[in-house]
Amino acid sequence: MLRKVPALLLALLLATGLAWAQGEDPPPAESAETGETAETAEEAALVGEVEAEITASTVSSTLGDGMVAPGNIVVADYPNDAGDGLLLYFDPGSEADNENFAGYAIYRRTLGEEELLLVGTIDADEGAEFVDGYDPDFIVEPGVQYEYQVAAMYLNGAEVPSDPVTAQEVASGQIYHAGKTRVLVGCVLFLGLILFYFHAAQRGVEMYLRPIAGIEAIDEAIGRATEMGKPILYVPGLSTISDVATIASITILGRVAKKVAEYGTPLLVPNRDPIVYTIAEETVKQAYMEAGRPDAFDKDSVFFLTQSQFAFVAGVNGIMMREKPATNFYLGMFWAESLILAETGSLSGAIQIAGTDAVTQLPFFITTCDYTLIGEELYAASAYLGREPKQLGSIKGQDACKGIIMAVITLGLLLALTDIIAGTETLDWLKSVVTMPIVD
Amino acid sequence: MTETIGLWVAALFTIGIYSFLYKENPLYRLAEHLVVGVSTGYGITVTYTNVIQPRFVEPIANGEPGAWILVVPALLGLLYITRFFPNAAWLSRYPMAFLMGAGMGIGFPLSMKASVLRQLEASLIPLYETGMAWDVVIGNVVMVLGTLAALIYFFFSKPHKGPFFGTGSKIGIWVIMVGFGATFGFTVMGRISLLIGRIQFLLGDWLHIIK
Repeated sequence: MLRKVPALLLALLLATGLAWAQGEDPPPAESAETGETAETAEEAALVGEVEAEITASTVSSTLGDGMVAPGNIVVADYPNDAGDGLLLYFDPGSEADNENFAGYAIYRRTLGEEELLLVGTIDADEGAEFVDGYDPDFIVEPGVQYEYQVAAMYLNGAEVPSDPVTAQEVASGQIYHAGKTRVLVGCVLFLGLILFYFHAAQRGVEMYLRPIAGIEAIDEAIGRATEMGKPILYVPGLSTISDVATIASITILGRVAKKVAEYGTPLLVPNRDPIVYTIAEETVKQAYMEAGRPDAFDKDSVFFLTQSQFAFVAGVNGIMMREKPATNFYLGMFWAESLILAETGSLSGAIQIAGTDAVTQLPFFITTCDYTLIGEELYAASAYLGREPKQLGSIKGQDACKGIIMAVITLGLLLALTDIIAGTETLDWLKSVVTMPIVD
Repeated sequence: MTETIGLWVAALFTIGIYSFLYKENPLYRLAEHLVVGVSTGYGITVTYTNVIQPRFVEPIANGEPGAWILVVPALLGLLYITRFFPNAAWLSRYPMAFLMGAGMGIGFPLSMKASVLRQLEASLIPLYETGMAWDVVIGNVVMVLGTLAALIYFFFSKPHKGPFFGTGSKIGIWVIMVGFGATFGFTVMGRISLLIGRIQFLLGDWLHIIK
């Protein structure tokens, strides 16, 4: 009999261990202490089961079957923002080990309020960090004290919430974005170089510009239209005025319009963007005044067509086939309409000069137009046309900026070779110095 | 019935627009003027519904805190209307100047980050690492040297002569053209699928010749 005691003890221990492992709650200590009857204990268990079922789809504080409430919630002001974000992180506990674990739900309320609002969720594989304030429906107000609750979510719909925690910090804005220091350094360096050459040009330093066929052909194209007595079509792209290509195009339009005014050639400038339209009209009017021909300016020559991309193309195509312009300029930002425009212009027999910084559209212009300004050539075109010292200086400054970029890439190339030969990690060091970390 | 009418209208206008491939004709002209007019009218409605109403009218009408500041850009925008009155037309230059200045001011640091620093970061890559496939190694070398050559091509203040600028710019324009060729092929594939979509509409939804 005595020999069976260890075996019985072992069996008892195993049974207890299994019960614990399955997460069965021990009898409530309170009922044990107060000596409640077994009947009362059964009733409590039944109530517990019903409650568990209710909380299957609602917030519950019941912990069972390996469910763990997140803890140690820390709320900090989100750095480098306008005061509309809070960073929340917490101790994930052991949820990640639970195969039924689905993620976290983040609840928030203003201090003193009752109702907790669901402001976001985190998927199971997204860690235990949340930035509050991204959702425009639940904006974070600067200076407001919030309370947060994080609930672990399970696949069966149950949620195990933490206790509500008062945020340790309130959202506040920063004037300086520390994550963009390298962008600032780059801007200052590049602007400094451009200003340096700008002033050098003003002092009378001679500056060379290599010939660009597309730009030299602009005068020729205007002359052709004048000789033929046909209009010139100028499309300043389809983008808004905040696009660099549009700004470059408007500058070139001023130069073209001045020549057109001098020669007395008709000009057609259809526009897609209402703001670009007004600026283009002002530019052309100004060019006619500079040419000493304000009376020759026809305000119907610059017009708004429509904002719809392909309706605009249909309209311009119709103009090309009806008015038969001798020269077509497509300078600015273009998208899928580039080929349709340029192909129609080609069919109409016009000489065509295009220029854009849209890499995906350049191949279509190259194949269908007589001359194409590729990327930065478009930006440089106004300096080429004007030949003003200031603009020549800015081109020289931009070249100096490109020289710096080339020097960094060459240094990177040499360091990459050094890493291969010596087994070092110098390239990572260069990257960390030059470009990282830039925080959005 | 309504759906059938819509289908016929869509099909006839599709044919009208495609008739331009033959030559400019009255049917194309009808389709062109209708699409321009309808899209402009639609655009005005969308602008009011999606921009003016939720971003200006509603915050003001609901008395949202701080909404009064919206009156400033609204007044600035209204200055555009002064273009209709020659004596006051000069006022329309203020919103234009604001937009040009803001556009360039916002655009400069964004371009510096996206077009310069991020591109620079992407160019600083290891040429070879243990276990790297040979084609990846060649790709990395071509990418770094190609970037340098393309940059040389865009030097405007130096004559493209000599071993560095002359040869470098020639290699650069070749690299650029090879890149454009790849982009051309890729984009044409996308355009062909658009054409297939319209043909499917005409032959399937409209004529029921294909399923």
